[in-house]
Amino acid sequence: MQLEYFQLIDRVVELDLGARTIRCEAVVPLTSTIFEGHFPGHPLMPGVLLIETMAQTAGWLVIAATRFERMPFLAAVKEAKLRTFVTPGQVLSVVAELIHDGSGYAMAAASIAVDAKPICNADLTFKVMDFPSEDFRSRMRDWAKRLQFPIGTCVHG
Amino acid sequence: MPSTFDTVASIISETCDIPRDKISPESHAIDDLGIDSLDFLDIAFAIDKAFAIKLPLERWTQEVNDGAATTEQYFVLKNLCARIDDLVAAKGAVST
Repeated sequence: MQLEYFQLIDRVVELDLGARTIRCEAVVPLTSTIFEGHFPGHPLMPGVLLIETMAQTAGWLVIAATRFERMPFLAAVKEAKLRTFVTPGQVLSVVAELIHDGSGYAMAAASIAVDAKPICNADLTFKVMDFPSEDFRSRMRDWAKRLQFPIGTCVHG
Repeated sequence: MPSTFDTVASIISETCDIPRDKISPESHAIDDLGIDSLDFLDIAFAIDKAFAIKLPLERWTQEVNDGAATTEQYFVLKNLCARIDDLVAAKGAVST
């Protein structure tokens, strides 16, 4: 995780396009400027960043489902529940399921666990659009490679 | 069995918290009911599920933006319901 850069996923662990599910891993950094304010002497991963972590995980799933042809943008967060605190050094297991692949939008359910203990969950809505540019798409593919995203399983050519 | 309109009106009422008696076949989802594009995604999701179809929202939006269609053609509820019936019929034709 690089919190300051909004790069919240470290690795794609599992991608199952048949089941329309994904699992990612993310390690909360031991130090971050964010923890200087949230909170002084009592560092906690901000809830909004946990939601963003779930959104990025579900987002990679949408990208995979569209075979890297389209880009999801977070549009709505529903039923978000932040069940317990997350602290520096914890290893997050983030899972998402694509509930519905609509025309220009997608619905997903996502959750985070630490050592199998539920941490948070939310229902997410994405607007799904063409990549704004080929350069952006290329950058996303490069980012995916760094995450060990199994691009070959969902992209041809 | 409820009509397409009854199902759609119930979805809109529940999704957007609009009293059911305010929703008529002549209602324009955007202009009369005040439903915005984000709320309409929830309605589309519920319609897709209820009728096992995929409303072609992107194509409709593109047609409206290009001036090839009016919002009335797709978002006045009686017209929306006719489109849904067409999609359901087309799906049935494909699967038989």
